[in-house]
Amino acid sequence: MNWSLKNVLLFAGMGVLLILVGTMQSWNVALAILNMCLISAVMALGVNIQWGYAGLFNAGVMGFTALGGLAAIVISVAPVPAAWDAGGARAILGLLAGLATIAGGIWLWKKLRVSKTARIWLTALLAVSGYGLMRLILDPAVDAIEAVEPALTGFLGGFGLPIMFSWIVGGLFAAIVAWAIGKVALGLRSDYLAIATLGISEIIIYFLKNEDWLTRGVKNVNGLPRPVPYEIDLQGALWLHDLAAWVGIPVVEASSLIVKLNYAALFLVVLVAIFWLSERALKSPWGRMMRAIRDNEIAAGAMGKNVTGRHLQVFVLGSAVIGIAGAMLATLDGQFTPASYQPLRFTFLVWVMVIVGGSGNNLGSILGGFVIWFFWIEAEPIGLALMNFVTSGMALDSPLRLHLLENAAHTRLMTMGLVLLLVLRFSPRGLIPEVKR
Amino acid sequence: MTYLAGEGMCGGYGGVDILHQCSIGVDKGEVAVVVGPNGAGKSTAMKAVFGMLELREGQVTMDGQDISHLKPEQRVQLGMGFVPQSANVFTSMTVEENLEMGAFIRRDDISETMSGVYELFPVLREKRRQLAGELSGGQRQQVAVGRALMTQPKVLMLDEPTAGVSPMVMDELFDRIIEIARTGIAILMVEQNARQALSIADRGYVLVQGRNRYTDTGTALLANIEVRKAFLGG
Amino acid sequence: MLIDLLNALALIGNFVVVPGIAYGSQLALGALGVTMVYAVLRFSNFAHGETMSFGAMVTILVTWALQAHGFGLGPLPTALLALPVGMIVTIGLCLGTDRLIYRYYREKKAVPVTYLIVSVGVLFFLSGLIRFIIGPKDQVFADGERFIMKARAFKEMTGLDQGLAIKTSQGITVITAVVIVALLFWFLNRTRTGKSMRAYSDNEDLALLSGINPERVVMITWIITGALAAIAGTLYGLDKGYKPFTYLGLVLPIFASAIVGGVGNPLGAIAGGFVIAFSELLVTFAYKRVVGYLTPGDWVPDGLVQLLSTDYKLAVSFFILVIVLLIKPTGIFSGKTL
Repeated sequence: MNWSLKNVLLFAGMGVLLILVGTMQSWNVALAILNMCLISAVMALGVNIQWGYAGLFNAGVMGFTALGGLAAIVISVAPVPAAWDAGGARAILGLLAGLATIAGGIWLWKKLRVSKTARIWLTALLAVSGYGLMRLILDPAVDAIEAVEPALTGFLGGFGLPIMFSWIVGGLFAAIVAWAIGKVALGLRSDYLAIATLGISEIIIYFLKNEDWLTRGVKNVNGLPRPVPYEIDLQGALWLHDLAAWVGIPVVEASSLIVKLNYAALFLVVLVAIFWLSERALKSPWGRMMRAIRDNEIAAGAMGKNVTGRHLQVFVLGSAVIGIAGAMLATLDGQFTPASYQPLRFTFLVWVMVIVGGSGNNLGSILGGFVIWFFWIEAEPIGLALMNFVTSGMALDSPLRLHLLENAAHTRLMTMGLVLLLVLRFSPRGLIPEVKR
Repeated sequence: MTYLAGEGMCGGYGGVDILHQCSIGVDKGEVAVVVGPNGAGKSTAMKAVFGMLELREGQVTMDGQDISHLKPEQRVQLGMGFVPQSANVFTSMTVEENLEMGAFIRRDDISETMSGVYELFPVLREKRRQLAGELSGGQRQQVAVGRALMTQPKVLMLDEPTAGVSPMVMDELFDRIIEIARTGIAILMVEQNARQALSIADRGYVLVQGRNRYTDTGTALLANIEVRKAFLGG
Repeated sequence: MLIDLLNALALIGNFVVVPGIAYGSQLALGALGVTMVYAVLRFSNFAHGETMSFGAMVTILVTWALQAHGFGLGPLPTALLALPVGMIVTIGLCLGTDRLIYRYYREKKAVPVTYLIVSVGVLFFLSGLIRFIIGPKDQVFADGERFIMKARAFKEMTGLDQGLAIKTSQGITVITAVVIVALLFWFLNRTRTGKSMRAYSDNEDLALLSGINPERVVMITWIITGALAAIAGTLYGLDKGYKPFTYLGLVLPIFASAIVGGVGNPLGAIAGGFVIAFSELLVTFAYKRVVGYLTPGDWVPDGLVQLLSTDYKLAVSFFILVIVLLIKPTGIFSGKTL
């Protein structure tokens, strides 16, 4: 770990910014930003593992995040017995049929010793008939499940386990999907990998938006159970009243702050743990080999290193971390909203975090996560203030002024773009550059 | 005075010199061949003459002019033609389009030059609408040479033109090269097939480790016992 | 019996063939822009969707100005008058971003991934700029006759139950696409400059040796790409309505079209565009009524007989892309290899 003065100052600077927000806007806002910063930092760490260690451009961050959110539902929501009775078993059977088709297709493709044309036709035949079978089993099951009180449930529900457990499961879901994608896409050129991951994450999001029987689709799943106390419960506690009086803030606000601090503590633990593990991995012989491969893939391959296998490891690990962050995000939000997973906000914003923070450096990615998220959120009020200033000389109802004020929010997209372009051009190694060992 | 001459050339890629006081040259209408063992710096010497290498020492002159500081594109304008060893045709374009691209720097009517090339390589006229990538190795080399001839160069430099072609094709290629030389063009050629190349050479340079080892006419080198033992397999 | 067959054909025509040809043309024009940048500059330009959006935006603004002053084009959309301005401004944008941004990386010989990340930066900036200028909402700018052939008129003409409608925007899309493609192919195959671009894309070193000026080739590429983006963006906006955020979603089908057809190959971009468009429509089409027409008696299937629900449209293009990458990565027309 590089506790140079510069790094300490950078993080201290970040702290100062948050304190400023706390004093000038509100402490609730500051803590909300802090929590999102922590989650963003975990996401950036995941992306950095893929990019910094192996030079892989993953444009599907959004999809893995969403899988983490899925895990949050699947683990924590209470099961819906009526739905399970109606179609649960058949749904599972249908999914298994689908998986069997895929497995069968892969086996056929790889193992069957016939001509290429025959292989294509046979695999296609298997795929089509397997898909048909799956739909035959699945469709009525899905309809039955979704018919169970659609306004309230209309889905299978989850396992009703503590939600923090979903953080690990989120990582697991992401890892499994990453393994499948990696097997298929990792032999491709970096551009193609980006397009492939972008596409896969789009499919994942579609799946989550449409398979109501699993996720309630766009009806969302609200009221996810919490790992921290509810504000209402806290407000009944005597010790909180005393504390609030002593600090001099209303009880309601105090309860909200305590809840956020609880989350922050949990997230911080996860962040530190993942950071520590990543640093250990980076400094280990495995990490050195990864970087050797990244720096000269052809030479490494010639020396007998299994480049694709290593890439797969890194891809899976990085995606798992992203999945964990996704589960944390859904926990913080308290709900699962498939429509909120936008590529601009997740995939590309996280990339700006990694690049600006320092690609290839774990500490840099964390810093990047903090800095960029902070400016992404604060860009709205700052942009608005700026627009107010710019239009202060204009008539109150001039269409130009109204237009500028209305669209001030979009300047943050422009700002992010400029930041990325400027950093790439003038400071490509980022705020905390990779340490060359 | 030699029409094209690289004299006392020292240089290499990165910090290490490959060429040490190397000198090669060719006159109009002559065929000069550069041979030597693998790693002798033959291709490097030619690339230095073409301007693809920074010379630490030495100079390159053409028709009395010092061209050492000119970029390859500029030397092409002055009348140099270069046929690289590999990737020397536009595989996704037709034979005729390849020739057209060869003449890119010319703004005048190129049809006469093109018929000249077709006369030299009749096979190309037959296949002129075919994609260069679909031709056999020997035919591709013909396209590559034809492409370089389209600028009506005064000097034609070939980097291992017979690499990977069958002996019969090689013979035919060498015949054509002699024909080209007879039209007054100076030919500078690096070759791996030393014996056959030297048999058509007016001038031969044997390079070893970036230095001139033997310089003489082709016939004389072929008759030289030491040269024969060391490089021509006795 | 014949009537049933004709009805089925009309149904497919109305919901698959006509929209497929229009959408395929739009994708083809978009894919052409992407494939040309890939062929010459050798990187995947993720910002192309936003460039299309930008071109459409400029055209819309000029269209509004024209409409406000009472100019029109009769039955044709006024936007066609405004399109040349949109093209010129978009070309300016492309040349400007190249000069200010991409050229630096060419000089440094950066790896393709770097360009891709840079294009993401451009994407961000353009996204914000467009929304800032025109706002994020739906914009209406189409005018003139809406239909070349109305469904009801068709039914009256043919006496069938099924109507077949052809929108003006669809007709314009196809005609424009045909004209543009013809022009582009003439340029690439019959002019010296066009051939030099193909040569540069084929073998950069040899092209430089032949005296081809790389900066000129790059400039012409951006000019063509900018023009194509403006046209494609405007046509798409005329046909489906203009909303800034939809263009980011087009990046995937456009890249899929370019890659499936063979990236770097203009012919491939066009073929790919239609393959993707028709696949999306065919796979998500509800065949229920077609089956109803084609089967004897009153037998109508229970479900919609859809291969995939309509929401999965975008997933289809991606799925095809993956299949192609696995089986024949160079695409239908063998574009640049991986």
